[in-house]
Amino acid sequence: MSALLEVNGLTKQFGDFTAVDGIEFTVRKGEVLGFLGPNGAGKTTAMRMVTGYLPPTAGDITIAGFDVEKHPIEVKRRVGYLPEGAPLYEDMTPLELLGFVANVREIYRPDRKRVILETAERVNIQHVINQTIGTLSKGYKRRVGIAQAILHDPDVLILDEPTDGLDPNQKHEVRNLINEMAPTKSIVISTHILEEVDVVCSRAIVIAGGRIVANGTPQELESKSRFHNAVRFRISGKSSDLETTLTALPNVAEINVSLDEHKRATITAFPIEGVSIINDVNSCLRDTGIIAEEIHVERGHLDDVFRNITKDTQDKINGN
Amino acid sequence: MGTSLAICLRELKSYFTTPLAYVFIVIFVAMNGATAFFFGALFDRGQADMTSLFSMLPWLFLFLIPALAMRLWAEERKSGTLEFLMTLPITTFSAVFGKFLAAWIFAGFALLLTFPVWITVNWLGNPDNGIIIASYLGGFLLAGSYLAIGSFVSALTKNQVIAFVIGSAVIFLFLMSSLDIVLAVFRGWAPVFVVEIIQSLSFLVHYESIVRGVIDIRDLIFYVSIIGIFLFANVVVVDQKRGA
Repeated sequence: MSALLEVNGLTKQFGDFTAVDGIEFTVRKGEVLGFLGPNGAGKTTAMRMVTGYLPPTAGDITIAGFDVEKHPIEVKRRVGYLPEGAPLYEDMTPLELLGFVANVREIYRPDRKRVILETAERVNIQHVINQTIGTLSKGYKRRVGIAQAILHDPDVLILDEPTDGLDPNQKHEVRNLINEMAPTKSIVISTHILEEVDVVCSRAIVIAGGRIVANGTPQELESKSRFHNAVRFRISGKSSDLETTLTALPNVAEINVSLDEHKRATITAFPIEGVSIINDVNSCLRDTGIIAEEIHVERGHLDDVFRNITKDTQDKINGN
Repeated sequence: MGTSLAICLRELKSYFTTPLAYVFIVIFVAMNGATAFFFGALFDRGQADMTSLFSMLPWLFLFLIPALAMRLWAEERKSGTLEFLMTLPITTFSAVFGKFLAAWIFAGFALLLTFPVWITVNWLGNPDNGIIIASYLGGFLLAGSYLAIGSFVSALTKNQVIAFVIGSAVIFLFLMSSLDIVLAVFRGWAPVFVVEIIQSLSFLVHYESIVRGVIDIRDLIFYVSIIGIFLFANVVVVDQKRGA
């Protein structure tokens, strides 16, 4: 499998401010790369450079073998892009807008009408295709934005916060759409909704302060969480015996106990360095003769990892 | 070229889906009539020609054309659609040219809607229709050069009001550069050739000879050059602004 998108040493400076600082990544066909990071981390700036909107200060970007700066038109032909906030010509209808895009993208004329209608159906905007975009809801506008990005069936799809402002059903639809297109394309999406990474991304990059601070599959990232392999269960009352035994286990870092209104205790045992402790916890429970409900092994919380990684970088930037 | 045309068509369509086209045309035609009759004394002159209409045109265009041009780029920048437009597979030039062309065609269309005056003078007398056709050409070229300036200024800002005011001011300078009040400022110290260059940049000088019915290749070159220079500057500004 070849890398459709290759980014090397990409840097962007605005005056003295470095928005993107030497980031590198590749996206192969069939991959969906998630771009994660707090607001202002440089996600949008990086995407704007990849799509040829902003010229980079340094570094190079290759899409399907074409250099973005040397062959911008060739690159733009192969890229579909949903800019942040999905800006569209509000005085047009989706049909007119897609017609314009089909025109500019020189989609084979006899196919145009069919392609436009099929795309509209794919993103579920066929009912509003003749309404002025300015009068549409945020969710519809976003979907019109996605429609113009996928109209020409591009090799590379760059979506800047594709599900921002959508309701849960619409989010689900958009994620399904991305999954459906994934096998034949290279897709990059930026988001700060972490569950999205689990659902659609095959790999994720965390950006903070313009740099890549983590890069891996969602599972790899989750394994960096202190919740990775943590065991959580509920018992009918507080038991200091059990708590002492659990804390004494060699692989348990700490435990957390919280009581609910029925005096039931929820205990979470965190492992040292993410090792599996379920067996240890189980034998502990057996030994103390306590019956536990809802034993659950955590995979790890992405938001926890996200917060840790990005907070460190933010602190470094602030000089703390 | 094909992409310029696509952009031009989109722009033209958007003129007519918003009230812009209708407001512009109604005001333009009404003011054209009003200025021709009141200031130009169309009837009182007792001559069957359209001089009174065309002599007012540079002044009417002075604020109507910047109003047409101010949105060309400022609006795209403000609403964020510039990013959408410039990530389509088009060159900056074809975007600049397509937008300019749409505005120019529209201005030409508005100009053509003054045809009832033409019919009237033909009905009342025997005007020299050759001069009138030349005058329409002059008016069209004048609109084109105003638009190129207005489009360039519009690319400099995201504020349409600023684009309008500065656009009008720049055009005003070009208009006035043949008048003594402007030239007197330079005569005192600048070499003669500089004064002559400034004088030769005046829209009025080139416009008046065309309106008199003399289509001189130099006047045509002047207008085409002004349009070319400002569209080129427009391309540079759009590219530069994108980078920052």
